[in-house]
Amino acid sequence: MPTYILIATILVLSVIGYYMGRSTAVARNGGKSKGLHSLPGYYGYYMALWCALPALALAFLWLVFQNSIIEGMVLGGVDVQNPSLFMTDVKNYVENGIASGGVTDTLVAAADRYVSLKQYSAIMLSIGAIALAVVGLAYSQTRVGPTLRSRPKVEKALMIALMAASTIAILTTVGIILSLLFESALFFEKVPLTEFLFGIQWSPQTAMRADQVGSSGTFGAVPLFAGTLLITAIAMAVAAPIGLMSAIYMSEYADRRVRSVLKPLLEVLAGIPTVVYGFFAALTVAPFVRTLGQSVGLDVASESALAAGVVMGIMIVPFVSSLSDDVMTAVPQAMRDGSYGLGATKSETIKRVILPAALPGIVGAVMLAISRAIGETMIVVMAAGLSANLTANPFEAVTTVTVQIATLLVGDQEFDSPKTLATFALGLVLFVVTLILNIIALRIVRKYREQYE
Amino acid sequence: MTDIAGKYTVEPFSASTEKREKFNRLLKKRYASEARFKMWGIAAVSVAVVFLVLLLGSIILQGSSAFVTTKVELEVSLDREIIDPQGTNDPMVIASADYNKILRNAMQSLFPEVESRRERRDMMDLISSGAAFELAAHVRDNPELIGQTIKFDVLTDDLVDMLRKGYIERNVPEEDRKLNDFQIGIFDKLVASGALYGTFNTELLTTGDSREPENAGLWGAVVGSFFTLVVTLGIAFPLGVMAAIYLEEFAPKNRITDMIEVNINNLAAVPSIVFGLLGLAVFLNFFGMPRSAPLVGGLVLALQALPIIIIASRAAIKAVPPSIREAALGMGASPLQTVLHHTLPLSMPGMLTGAILGMAHALGETAPLLMIGMVAFIVDVPGGFTSPATVLPVQIYLWADSPERAFVEKTSAAIMVLLVFLVFMNAIAIYLRKKFERKW
Repeated sequence: MPTYILIATILVLSVIGYYMGRSTAVARNGGKSKGLHSLPGYYGYYMALWCALPALALAFLWLVFQNSIIEGMVLGGVDVQNPSLFMTDVKNYVENGIASGGVTDTLVAAADRYVSLKQYSAIMLSIGAIALAVVGLAYSQTRVGPTLRSRPKVEKALMIALMAASTIAILTTVGIILSLLFESALFFEKVPLTEFLFGIQWSPQTAMRADQVGSSGTFGAVPLFAGTLLITAIAMAVAAPIGLMSAIYMSEYADRRVRSVLKPLLEVLAGIPTVVYGFFAALTVAPFVRTLGQSVGLDVASESALAAGVVMGIMIVPFVSSLSDDVMTAVPQAMRDGSYGLGATKSETIKRVILPAALPGIVGAVMLAISRAIGETMIVVMAAGLSANLTANPFEAVTTVTVQIATLLVGDQEFDSPKTLATFALGLVLFVVTLILNIIALRIVRKYREQYE
Repeated sequence: MTDIAGKYTVEPFSASTEKREKFNRLLKKRYASEARFKMWGIAAVSVAVVFLVLLLGSIILQGSSAFVTTKVELEVSLDREIIDPQGTNDPMVIASADYNKILRNAMQSLFPEVESRRERRDMMDLISSGAAFELAAHVRDNPELIGQTIKFDVLTDDLVDMLRKGYIERNVPEEDRKLNDFQIGIFDKLVASGALYGTFNTELLTTGDSREPENAGLWGAVVGSFFTLVVTLGIAFPLGVMAAIYLEEFAPKNRITDMIEVNINNLAAVPSIVFGLLGLAVFLNFFGMPRSAPLVGGLVLALQALPIIIIASRAAIKAVPPSIREAALGMGASPLQTVLHHTLPLSMPGMLTGAILGMAHALGETAPLLMIGMVAFIVDVPGGFTSPATVLPVQIYLWADSPERAFVEKTSAAIMVLLVFLVFMNAIAIYLRKKFERKW
């Protein structure tokens, strides 16, 4: 029985349980709903939950663990050198009738065992889950009666579900940290941490075979950090002044009508997918920068850091402007009035009063924007290069942390090569840096908001 | 009084002209700097807006021509000898016949003067390599046509399409051109006879991906995006709403809920590619889920959209005034009944708006999906949640990487399709917000 039919069956049973619960409760109360502890519907929910929850939990756990158990049982019966490769072969043989190591008797036997175990497991799961659902129904029906406090029980179950949902965010963070740490630890077993953090040579291509020469791969990530910093710096050189001045214009000068047109327009910039910016940067801006550079006698690479950085800067403008706009609007009107009363012009008020008062919030906004620029992937994948140059020249091609993660992981990979594992180490660096930036920025912004409230 | 007045008497008018002029000069300078400052603000906004216009303009300019494709009308004689010599009428036999030969015959009957083998080959290169499959499918579906001579419109090669749209320069030397002089001569004759014409590109919107630009379509990616978003919405929306209800209505103020809140805010700012790494390590590697599947893509995007939805839903719940809750509690409802029967329905429009905006964000997301293998070249339109698929932005990325000139306009067209979907989703969100906006 396919999984989704099994789940549908359990759900149908629980719907039946709902109606059974309602009618049983009323019947046991002498045919009337008055005098029951809870509304009849709650008896229905009570039985439906008893029917569905244990059965679905069993199915979930079974599906999560069945693969590894079956594989262990298949591998337990054979003696092979590379179990994971053998298992891939078995699956390939079962699905497509081919295997990389040739079809051997052991393989066929293991494949037969694999198929029969899978079928057996599926049948067992169906029987077990449906039996559990029926047992749940039967048990809960014996308990239904006028004195059963079904509403608190149902509500308790719901509360637990709500609580569980709110911990998903924490689980995600824990999952990110654990998976990054785990794979990075494997990487640092092969490449020392100091080489990764301070080495200036990045060439991740490793040998396909053990006897190949001269391609062991070096993993010094400094050129990637430098490239990321260069592009981020260019992006911020574009985004910070444009974003800040737009925010000033919109919060202080523009009247309501102009503002109601401009603000959504700027927000459109934030809504355009980054892959579109990447295409624009690679196809329109990069050639433009190149011809512009050549016309003044500069040698510009066709995938220059400048093109990617400028486009990224424009993408980030709305992040800077909308947050700065918020903090400047939050500056109390009394401070402006005080400044005007002393005879200051509008721009003097902005420069001497509003900006200093809003500075922490603006710093927070810029930091959030920097963290966004560091983590941005598609623009740099499409418009910046792959060559790990250690340079501060914006006209040369550089590569970034995110580009390397994306290009090293696209395509087939095995999880034991340092090339693949390196991406997780890079991901860890990326995660830690952006996390620190975010925490500081959010703290500054929040503290500042409280100040004027 | 007199003392003070004596101390601060205004200097005689004549003595202050110099000072007054100095003051006026300063004032003028201050006003000039004021105007300059305002101008900088206008300049900053204009730069951003001009960039937006350039971006959209260049994409529409490049992409709109991709909605037209070039076809050539051929007189094909569906020779029974070639298609079905035994007269079996078996669809398998009919479909596997040599339709290239039929097309070759049709082209040769148009240009009987072309005799050299090389020129004949060049001539056939003008027709899409997928044309034979199209003809095969047409004849299989209409077997009664066998033995007749029919007019059949076939797609031309993408180079012909580029030539017709003027992207291939005629005046460059022949060896630098993708089409030689002979091929351009044939092209001109076809145009003059009216056999070659441009028409709406239905392939672009109805087929899957292809290595041949003229056959490449977006439908596979659209369907892939749909399946992915269904998974994302199905997981992120209920979980997000439940989490928001708990945090806003029930959570005690303590360190754990504080931690959850900080966590959600941080999660919203984690780079998207890190979610891709999470999906690769946990869903693919640990749980052994299939690569390139919308199911996994949807799960990864759901984790990413969750904080956005939680934040939006909490704002929607906060907007419901406490008097509603107090009234419900006063009538004897339990706290959970109050939420489920009153707060939740009242805040649902706001939550839906947030969810749609989150989905629009997820629709444009590319980087994490590259990590979990949705970047594979997939021709078939995906049939379910676990079949290999790609999504619109990844399709854009793949096409942008292709070297053929014809893929430039295809990429821009794909971007236009993606932007239309995004505009549509945002419009729904704005409509919902406007329609259900309530002032309490």
